[in-house]
Amino acid sequence: MNADQLLGLITGVLFGFLLQKGRVLRFEKQVGAMLLKDMTIFKFMLSAILVGMVGITLLTEAGFVTLSHKSMNLGAVLLGGALFGAGWSVMGYCPGTSVGALGEGRWHAVFAILGMVAGAALYAELYPFFKLTVIAWKDFGKIGLPEALSVSPWVIIPFFWAGTIFLFLWFERKGL
Amino acid sequence: MKWKTEDGGWSPYLAGSLVGLLAIASVYATTLWLGKTSYLGASTTFVRAAGLLERTVAPGRVEANEYFTKEKVRVDWQFMLVGGILIGALIASATDRSFKLESVPPTWEKRFGPSVGKRAAGAFLGGIVAMVGARLADGCPSGHGLSGMMQLSVSSFVALVMFFSVGVFIAALVYGRRSS
Repeated sequence: MNADQLLGLITGVLFGFLLQKGRVLRFEKQVGAMLLKDMTIFKFMLSAILVGMVGITLLTEAGFVTLSHKSMNLGAVLLGGALFGAGWSVMGYCPGTSVGALGEGRWHAVFAILGMVAGAALYAELYPFFKLTVIAWKDFGKIGLPEALSVSPWVIIPFFWAGTIFLFLWFERKGL
Repeated sequence: MKWKTEDGGWSPYLAGSLVGLLAIASVYATTLWLGKTSYLGASTTFVRAAGLLERTVAPGRVEANEYFTKEKVRVDWQFMLVGGILIGALIASATDRSFKLESVPPTWEKRFGPSVGKRAAGAFLGGIVAMVGARLADGCPSGHGLSGMMQLSVSSFVALVMFFSVGVFIAALVYGRRSS
């Protein structure tokens, strides 16, 4: 095992441990959020984002790390996002949580994993077609919200924090 | 606020915040030791797994495929990260006794019955559609949802809104209104 693989493995074990402790790997939690009954996965995800965005912005401004935005390709993100949402609700897992769910004994996740491997192979076959159609439509490039709005990230982050905390308070009040 | 749930789990606010710290440590560590900033993600690994499997039966097809060439079929940092998630979840669930063998989840059973075959078909077909979508959108709830949002990426805000809004719509159609 090389250094890349070892670091990935250690990070993954910690990530999987925390995903399981937060109880977000389960089908019930994922579908529960989509049925607007249980917001556990949003509490978890948004908490991670609140902490992570501050640290990553600081590290980027200090020049220690570089940002790696994914392209704002309009057709690809809209259609891809919609397909993902549809598949996610039936499967009840996302790519990362499917393997974690298998780790905590929810063995039906195997079928989701096999389906996703098949889906990846299918995408590789469809890629030339998508490249000429959906992907070719309109690409705004790899942009961040600060550049798009011409403001410092430190203007956006407090608003994001305030909005998210307000949302958390609402979830708790509603018992979601 | 309680830091533990009744079944021995941790508050999602606590576990999520720790994932935020892990994400920060991870971008720093990958930059420092691997020379390239890597962000947490999962869905590209499924492309590499598909390529590795397909290579055993049709190596020429994988070599000639533009997408496999673009994403590089190999066991890399993210591949091991995804494998690590399984191990981490196993350790966490085995140590707090939340490990449970489950073939059909309750919400699914309420709507489609206890058939493992039906659940398998749903999970498999859902998996195909979701992964085509994730690769087209260039990310999943890890790559877009966590890593992209932490970087304030415009594409991730849009992707996350699409993931969830379509998810809510399809879930309402598929699972119907549950009796409360």
